[in-house]
Amino acid sequence: MTGTTQAAPAPTDAPVADVLAIEGLRVTFGDGGAPVEAVRGIDLRVGRGEVVALVGESGSGKSVTARAALGLAGAGARVQAERFELDGSDVRRATPRQWRRLRGAKAGLVLQDALVSLDPLRPIGREIGDALRLHLGLRPAAARARVLGLLELVGMPHPALTIDRRSGELSGGMRQRALIASALALDPPLVIADEPTTALDVGVQVRVLGLLAEAAARGAGVLLISHDLAVVSRIADRVVVLADGVVVEAGPTGEVLASPRHPRTRELIAAVPTDVPRGVPLLGAPATAGPSQPAAAPAVRPPAPTGAPPVVEARGLVKAFTVGGSTTVAVDDVDLRLERGRTLGLVGESGSGKTTVARLLLALTRPDAGTVRLDGDAWSELPERARRPQRRRIGAIWQDPFGSFDPRWGVERLLRDAIAAGGGAPGSAAVADLLDQVHLSPDLAARHPLDLSGGQRQRVAIARALAARPDVLICDEPVSALDVTVQARVLDLLDELQREHGLALLVISHDLGVVRHMSDELAVMRHGRILEQGPAERVFDAPEHEYTAALIRDSPRLAVGPDARRDPADR
Amino acid sequence: MARASRPLRTFALRLGGAVFVLWAVATLTFFAIHLVPGDPAQAILGGPGSQASQEALDRVRADYGLDQPLLAQYAAMLGRLVTGDLGTSYSLKTPVAAVIGGQLVGTLTLALLALVVAWALAIGLALWSTAPGRTARAVSGAVELTAAALPHFWLATVLIAVFSTGLGWLPPVANGAASGLVLPVITLAVPLAGFLAQLMREHLLDALEQPFTVSALARGETGAGIRLRHALRHAAIPAVHLSGWAVGYLISGAVVVETIFARPGLGRTLLRATELRDVPVVMGVVLVVAVVYVVLTVVTDVVAGVADPRLRRGGSTA
Amino acid sequence: MSDVELRSRAAAVGPECGRASALGAGTRRVRPGTVLALAFAAFLLVATVAPSLLQTAAPNAIAPRDAFSPPSLAHWFGTDESGRDVYSRVVQGTGASLAIGASATAIGLAIGLILGAVAALGGSVLDFVVGRVNEVLFAFPGILLALLVIVLWGPGPVTATIAVGLSTAPGYARIIRGELLSIRDSGFVEAARVLGHGPFRIFARHVLPNALVPVAALATLGIGQAVVWASSLSYLGLGAQPPAAEWGAMLAAGRTYITTAWWLTVFPGLMIVLTTLATTVLGRAITARDGRRR
Repeated sequence: MTGTTQAAPAPTDAPVADVLAIEGLRVTFGDGGAPVEAVRGIDLRVGRGEVVALVGESGSGKSVTARAALGLAGAGARVQAERFELDGSDVRRATPRQWRRLRGAKAGLVLQDALVSLDPLRPIGREIGDALRLHLGLRPAAARARVLGLLELVGMPHPALTIDRRSGELSGGMRQRALIASALALDPPLVIADEPTTALDVGVQVRVLGLLAEAAARGAGVLLISHDLAVVSRIADRVVVLADGVVVEAGPTGEVLASPRHPRTRELIAAVPTDVPRGVPLLGAPATAGPSQPAAAPAVRPPAPTGAPPVVEARGLVKAFTVGGSTTVAVDDVDLRLERGRTLGLVGESGSGKTTVARLLLALTRPDAGTVRLDGDAWSELPERARRPQRRRIGAIWQDPFGSFDPRWGVERLLRDAIAAGGGAPGSAAVADLLDQVHLSPDLAARHPLDLSGGQRQRVAIARALAARPDVLICDEPVSALDVTVQARVLDLLDELQREHGLALLVISHDLGVVRHMSDELAVMRHGRILEQGPAERVFDAPEHEYTAALIRDSPRLAVGPDARRDPADR
Repeated sequence: MARASRPLRTFALRLGGAVFVLWAVATLTFFAIHLVPGDPAQAILGGPGSQASQEALDRVRADYGLDQPLLAQYAAMLGRLVTGDLGTSYSLKTPVAAVIGGQLVGTLTLALLALVVAWALAIGLALWSTAPGRTARAVSGAVELTAAALPHFWLATVLIAVFSTGLGWLPPVANGAASGLVLPVITLAVPLAGFLAQLMREHLLDALEQPFTVSALARGETGAGIRLRHALRHAAIPAVHLSGWAVGYLISGAVVVETIFARPGLGRTLLRATELRDVPVVMGVVLVVAVVYVVLTVVTDVVAGVADPRLRRGGSTA
Repeated sequence: MSDVELRSRAAAVGPECGRASALGAGTRRVRPGTVLALAFAAFLLVATVAPSLLQTAAPNAIAPRDAFSPPSLAHWFGTDESGRDVYSRVVQGTGASLAIGASATAIGLAIGLILGAVAALGGSVLDFVVGRVNEVLFAFPGILLALLVIVLWGPGPVTATIAVGLSTAPGYARIIRGELLSIRDSGFVEAARVLGHGPFRIFARHVLPNALVPVAALATLGIGQAVVWASSLSYLGLGAQPPAAEWGAMLAAGRTYITTAWWLTVFPGLMIVLTTLATTVLGRAITARDGRRR
């Protein structure tokens, strides 16, 4: 890879080899009233065959920058730049018509989930062929042959069959391949990938990144946008860190990861949970403590002793669903134990049955076989009427906290309702105390969840769960909708609350990094069965099952970091 | 194999559902009519004021099978229905099937023409509402809203006042020529177009906000290409779904429109039969409309399923 | 840059602007259409409660010499065959017309609520049964069901009202069922269950309040539709009968004079159109206000 040696921003007389050269880019939204400057003077270069990662939190301006590079910032946006060249041609004054000729031909775009990024009503072959039709005027028959070739290129299984399928009829990995094929259709010198792996299972993530790296190896410049440094560090030659619309740090990946200079970069690095030991807060000490010596942090907590009788014990859980005549076994003979003050991590890909397990433990679904016991007493077999008074003892946090809030209720009412459910006195003091526990200002009580950020919403959801004074907290993908830094803070909070209240936690996630950082015990689930279960350290360091090993290998982590190595598989 | 048998089963289920609906419509209508006080024989002989003799009443009751027990009459009706016999009109003394048959073509022509015109207007309006600029959106929105709020009888009146009485361009009554069809078709089409356009516009705007629109733009697609190749398809599916209902709505609208434009058809026949309490004719028209509705619903479901495979799989995909 | 590109920005930078757009500046502002609709609704209200405040002449004063005068400053909407002032009669008819529309909506909505609630909350068997009943009723499109009711009970304003109420019920039932189902399956109802709240509390605290606004919006929209349908029946001579100062009846009376005195039908019809427009706009405004919270 070529770019790794070019550390400093290039001088103005840089070689023409850059497929994207931007200097002093400003993007402003809003007319009249109060214009918002989303991007405030960004320099960015992507060379041929180079992978450049643009990293930052939500709102840092990274997506806007990527859209601006395609002339898609929007009619409401004012785009200014001192230099703005796409494959050597100045596009600062490009007309809409000129932009249309450039898009697809000079720059391809890969978005997040292809389920919605490819038209669900059109076969993928037509979607991919559109670029050929628009730029080369190819007739459908001629385009089809090229599209088949493209599908081969991205490793699509059975191209001749899948070419006529629509995105909804393909698996997540196949869809994403099709989307990449559509971006690569005209072999553009620049490929922009905006969060191309977010919400994908780790195995698919690795393959998608591999395809992008291949495109770079064939000579394309790749601009990779993500909130997650760990994801991009696998293939990026250079990293550009954005915060509040400006570049705070830029340089070769290895250098940035090894010796980050800016606090925001350090935060992004520290937020990656994968290799941070259990009990060490990710962002615990405000950015002063460098992430390079996490073990020295004083907050390391000894794990709660094991061997106590479990709070929740599930034995031989089975649950099958029948949809349209075909029966799927979602959960197949699952045994789990949750102990006080300890965390069980449950990891698996989407569709592995994790959420059904959570619903069975919460007694929202009745098992076909097996039992769940709470403190040794009957739980899943109880009639609903008898269970109801006990329900407050098992709390839950979902991936989408917003959907779990009544749209007519504000924060205060949500919390009061939950306090009352737990038998407490629902006064303002209790509400303020709860908000304090989740590190939110008491002023937020007067707000509506609609007016909160994603992280704040999840904190309110946690506060509501705590309000009922539970013994057990079931967290179903609690952070997968959040940015890594927000995710890190929520994880730290859960850890802290567990210590304070002696909660038994079940953390469900598709992200092994999250689970591993949070868990004392680890269970790996696939096709409704638990493949492997044991102390987190043991499962992680010496996986018994090949599938577990693959999950660990594919799990995103910093390629160069505190105690990681270039190739994680070496561990 | 599995792929082939599934649509077949779905189709069989739909057909069964359709037959059930028709049976239920016939049964409901039959019992509603026969459980209400009033002597059908009187109606046949010209209503309560006709002072028909007891002899005549008895003869009529025997002729029409009205002296049979209710369940026997019901069974007889179902038996006749299966063979396509809709009974005999009380007022015209001719088979209902013949009465309706003569009128069906005219009304269906009117309704289908109106449907086509409504679709064309709706697509135009909906596309216009997504055009650049705030004005297009506001104006087209107001047009759609107003069009959907127009009652048929009022629109017809205004059209006649302007184009027939005022400008003299078009005849105010049906004259058998094509020009006589223009105003009735417009009257029926405009409110439906407003309704369809609102539906399409909502889905068009929704589709234009989807990530696949960004993907297509990034491929170099034009604004028109996005609308026609991508967004319109998404907007058309819900409108196709509604088209079965829409034809029923148009036939019911034909009651008013045919009356105003003095155009022979099912609607006017129904209105006359309603005034005369000619039960067999009313029931026959209701059944025929139900058949049209049911057939079109199955057709539109199939068409929508072809356009969007997600619907065929029971819509379980989010 | 085209407008598609502008709109696609919402998708493009969605996660970053999600919060801002949810709070979008325009959503709290009252639209001019809503203001107009409210103004017209106020006019209708006054016309119902105290018609004499708005009338320019006695609605039933006959003046044969002024018969069939076209609209003028003296007679804004012209005069009818007996020389009565059409404008004053239209104002006079507001109460009766709205009463028919409102009662028909109440009947339709009541049946729709019962059917919808039974289908959504009564278990799968009842849902199936109601679903089939609804399917059958949908096979009587438009005013067909109303005509059937009139065949059975004879024409007249009361029958017409009941007929319109019955024919709108299946539509209401379907919408209400969908609304209730989406609330029942929502995350917040699940969250309430997890907290240990019982079914009655959940129904009273979550399901009912969240369903009320959509139902209110439906009712508002429905009144306009019901007025149109009822007046269609009157126009056909099956509803309110001519001497009455009711919009539909006035239309029926004016029908004979379409070619000679258009104002007899156009103005009462215009009131119906404006009423429908106003209720549609207001119904949507209610939904939009509520939608902001979802």
